[in-house]
Amino acid sequence: MLVINTIRNTARLSLRNAYIRNCLTNEIRATNFTRTFSLGLALRQQDVVNVTFIRANGEKIKSSGKVGDSLLDVVVNNNVDLDGFGACEGTLTCSTCHLIFKVPDYDKLPEKPGDEELDMLDLAYDLTDTSRLGCQITLTKDMDGLEVTVPATINDARAA
Amino acid sequence: MSFAKNLVYSRLKLLNKYSRSVNTSAIRLQNVQQVTTGKRICIVGAGPAGFYAAQYLLKQLSDCTVDIVEKLPVPFGLVRFGVAPDHPEVKNVINTFTKTAENPRLRFFGNVSLGQDISLQELRQRYHAVLLTYGADQDRELQLQNEQEQHVISARKFVAWYNGLPGAEQLQPDLSGRDVTIVGQGNVAVDVARVLLSPIDKLKITDTTEYALEALARSQVQRVHLVGRRGPLQAAFTIKELREMLKLPNVTTNWRSSDFTGIAEQLEQLQRPRRRLTELMLKSLSEQSTRSSTAAAGRQFLPVFLRAPKAISAKEMEFAVTQLREGVAVATDATECLPADLILRSIGYKSSCADAGINFDPQRGHVRHEQGRVLKDGEEKSVEPGLYVAGWLASGPTGVILTTMNGAFAVAKTICDDITAKAFDTASTKPGFEVGSQRIVSWDGWLRIDQQECEAGKSKGKPREKIVDIEHMLTIAGV
Repeated sequence: MLVINTIRNTARLSLRNAYIRNCLTNEIRATNFTRTFSLGLALRQQDVVNVTFIRANGEKIKSSGKVGDSLLDVVVNNNVDLDGFGACEGTLTCSTCHLIFKVPDYDKLPEKPGDEELDMLDLAYDLTDTSRLGCQITLTKDMDGLEVTVPATINDARAA
Repeated sequence: MSFAKNLVYSRLKLLNKYSRSVNTSAIRLQNVQQVTTGKRICIVGAGPAGFYAAQYLLKQLSDCTVDIVEKLPVPFGLVRFGVAPDHPEVKNVINTFTKTAENPRLRFFGNVSLGQDISLQELRQRYHAVLLTYGADQDRELQLQNEQEQHVISARKFVAWYNGLPGAEQLQPDLSGRDVTIVGQGNVAVDVARVLLSPIDKLKITDTTEYALEALARSQVQRVHLVGRRGPLQAAFTIKELREMLKLPNVTTNWRSSDFTGIAEQLEQLQRPRRRLTELMLKSLSEQSTRSSTAAAGRQFLPVFLRAPKAISAKEMEFAVTQLREGVAVATDATECLPADLILRSIGYKSSCADAGINFDPQRGHVRHEQGRVLKDGEEKSVEPGLYVAGWLASGPTGVILTTMNGAFAVAKTICDDITAKAFDTASTKPGFEVGSQRIVSWDGWLRIDQQECEAGKSKGKPREKIVDIEHMLTIAGV
């Protein structure tokens, strides 16, 4: 167990370093003042996790993040067109990043929602048994191809 | 991972700040004035509803310009003056609002009061569409004798006091007594209770105004009663606020077990949010016996259910014992007095009618409308073309920021739909707001105030020290 934990921690650390590196690169690259961060650069192909957001009207938005990103990061970094998503910027004080998972995907998520996340989900519209907050879901490699539903909002009425 | 996550967000914020300083040159204002074609939309009130509506309109209508007029010299409404100072995360929406404000097609006019500096009629002549989002700045009263006494104040004013709303610094609440009774059990009531019961060191690192911190540091308040007319299953506070209360250091929560008779049996039938909230109350109640013996010395939070306000006297408040009949609290002959050196009324906000031209329902305290389209006075089904309402001015004071956001997006969409359907004139040229001799705070002016506040806060270890004097604000803004 100890060995496993050590390996896990090392992996976490290197992930964290990758994060920092990537942030720094982005900051230098961001001189054009957009928030559209390119995912390319030092990232190896295998770190990319493809995610599809499905609006309540069925429209699919394909996007991608990297291992260690949250689903909120994916929306922010790729400027995914979801108005008002992530209002509190991932601090667990709103429910605007509410996402609905398919049952098998939900069951596979490595961490169960904590009380604070459930408290916020309780204020969300269209709450389901497989609802989570996007800011609390950290991408892993085996989530590649994940499809999540964005609850019905005014976005859908417009797109329809 | 939370470290990495926080790092990313702080970087994002840095980027936002960087781009902010570049984008906010005087050129921006000129750009807007050059745009003479296109739709001109005016939003009255720079709170969350106004900013979310602006965000939607700017995105959907590429040829529109949006002007936001705000009564105060500073933006953000209840995000600045309502959200509790110990909830800084909730205020992160300000970053999104700031991005919206930096759009070259948006202008901010602070220190402009509808009904005083400009009339609704004039605004409607100057714009193709006007959206009213000036919120709810009054509160509902108990309609009891002695309600105007010194020791009875509204929770809204108390919130405004610790949050630095201009004018509210005069409140001087008397915190020299041991018992505070709060009438109402919404999140505002819980916010107020938390501020009264929190250790002062917890508040010192927030943007609570300095005068409020001084008063709270001297406070003798030991017990806060939170009284509601109905039962635990109708409690209006949300679970996050309760959980926070239960975790407050040196504060004991004591429930009345009699209030919970028959409640556990109903858990199964409840929807998840109500069930989880009730479970948390029951859990806290069950832990009460072990808890009270250990922490008797600290401050106490005392929720009381099934009591309706009846009479106010100098040191106490009388309540009628109520019974629930189909969800409605009905007063019985039985009464109970609760000690109350200070009474805080927190039974809801209502809006005021800023301009005589607004079709306002004084009874319910909001603008008469249908799906955000303001109705014509006296005519039930016909709407005022090009006049809209959103936020608490439309819905009444309910819901969290998500509710206001969705509501504002929906009304903004209605405006877009009406433009497509040519429901009001957008063909003629409209002049928009013209700055005369008034002292008007531009967005750049606000940024100067913002910078000064943040700098003043830094030396005290606070995120900002709010300026409460309007004249001072105007001077810093350079007008």
